[in-house]
Amino acid sequence: MTRLQVLKTYKIFIGGQFPRTESGRYYSLKGKDGFDIANVCLSSRKDARNAVVAARKAFGSWSERSAFNRGQIVYRIAEMLEGRRSQFIEELQLMGLNAANAAKEVDATVDRIVFYAGWCDKYQQIVSSVNPVASSHFNFSVAEPTGVVGIVAPEESPLLGLVSLLIPAIAGGNTVVLLASEKYPLSAVTLAEVIHSSDVPGGVVNVLTGTAGELMPPLASHLDVNAMTSAGLSKDMASAMHVQAADNVKRVFNYPAMDWSKASSQGLSMIEDLQEIKTTWHPIENIGGATSSY
Amino acid sequence: MQGLKMVLNMIDLTTLEGKDTPGKVKQMCYKAQHLHDSYPGLPTVAAVCVYPSMVGVARKELRSNTVKIASVSTAFPSGQAPMSVKLEDTRFAVSEGADEIDMVISRGKFLAGEYNFVFDEIAAIKEACGKARLKVILETGELSTLDNVRRASDIAIHAGADFIKTSTGKIQPAATMQVTYTMLMAIRDHYDRTGIMIGMKPAGGISTSKLALHNLVMVKEVLGDQWLSNEWFRFGASSLANDVLMQIMKTETGVYQSPDYFSMD
Repeated sequence: MTRLQVLKTYKIFIGGQFPRTESGRYYSLKGKDGFDIANVCLSSRKDARNAVVAARKAFGSWSERSAFNRGQIVYRIAEMLEGRRSQFIEELQLMGLNAANAAKEVDATVDRIVFYAGWCDKYQQIVSSVNPVASSHFNFSVAEPTGVVGIVAPEESPLLGLVSLLIPAIAGGNTVVLLASEKYPLSAVTLAEVIHSSDVPGGVVNVLTGTAGELMPPLASHLDVNAMTSAGLSKDMASAMHVQAADNVKRVFNYPAMDWSKASSQGLSMIEDLQEIKTTWHPIENIGGATSSY
Repeated sequence: MQGLKMVLNMIDLTTLEGKDTPGKVKQMCYKAQHLHDSYPGLPTVAAVCVYPSMVGVARKELRSNTVKIASVSTAFPSGQAPMSVKLEDTRFAVSEGADEIDMVISRGKFLAGEYNFVFDEIAAIKEACGKARLKVILETGELSTLDNVRRASDIAIHAGADFIKTSTGKIQPAATMQVTYTMLMAIRDHYDRTGIMIGMKPAGGISTSKLALHNLVMVKEVLGDQWLSNEWFRFGASSLANDVLMQIMKTETGVYQSPDYFSMD
């Protein structure tokens, strides 16, 4: 007797849980051969709102964790993803990649996460500074996370592209609401499952599936979101995002479409873009300019 | 929108903490009259609710009298003090200028079955209130069953309560829908029998607009439109006001709001 196939339900990820969209809507994803692969949640603006609430709630404790601990947790994501390597490869193939490219994409993804895990307790020293000033002050600048970041995943790179935007944001102590690619949502949801089992506190990463056209505006205009990032967004979408984000002067980055497998697509600047620099003027005793007194 | 504004106008903005200072109370009184000045035309809240020692401070800040002053008394929140202390507590709050008194019942006596004691106590406090309206806190979270909630409601109503109130906010669970419904039914039955209206104040745990609107719908369904004013219905809450304000601004601007742009609770 043939066994009935058990298909996975791809749900969204909010506040460390996997609910269905509150709207009850879904869309069918078709494979290369035209058959249905999966039903995927068509999230609503209200899901986006709930995700922002979860991200805001998680921000305080995530940003205050020691940098070293954040590095451990990000590294753990890489470990867990490596453990699910074959599942990711299968899913990428389902969505249309060939076997060789799928394997390459998963390997590059693990390497990218490890790259940023290493940066977690190092970028501060490079971005921060002690500044020379002409008064009796010890003047120093330190990096602090921007806050809640909305990320629109690149449409054309199902796993590596979204990880390349997501990981530097959380490595820098931000919390994230991620809009998965409409065409390739499966690996985003499975990535959420990996994150769920990697010691990442609930709410630090939230993943929504659906259309960017519907979900980007409520995120970009949301006054409790502090930054938006995306890559290779169409001209119309990108300018709409800038306009909607202007209300509370969000940081907005629409990186150019790039080949995410290249080493040039990763770097310190991706973390730095989502940091705020705080400068402190600390009065010191400095009699006659003889010595520095700190 | 109309519902949200009605909720705002029914709030007893509350601070009941050991760490309350005159500064904190002044700030809250300012907030009570200026909920969100960048959007003109909003109502004020119904009242501020403070400890007796802070009534004087609040009175000085709220000269206009559109916002009432409610004071908890009778050894709030436990109510474990001798009768003379409770009466003195109440008289002090009234003499300082409180318009409303929120008393707690003796839950220990109630659970021990000494209903007459509870009745007499409420009646005595009512007398001490003079012109001030009396809200009787049942602390439903300590009464165990809905039967008890109903019995305590009836005792409070017959002993002279102007309002019955669910909780102190110090005990969980506080104002659940079931408990509020039970108390509303007691009020309705009393009204059907005597034609006398009694007010209702759920307090504790109502911190979102959605929950507040659920409560308003319940009041309308059980008691009718007459009760839909702050004369007869109040919310005891500290963080509800900001959530309602955020919903109002969301409706107004079409953009989800951030607590960063509203005054602190």
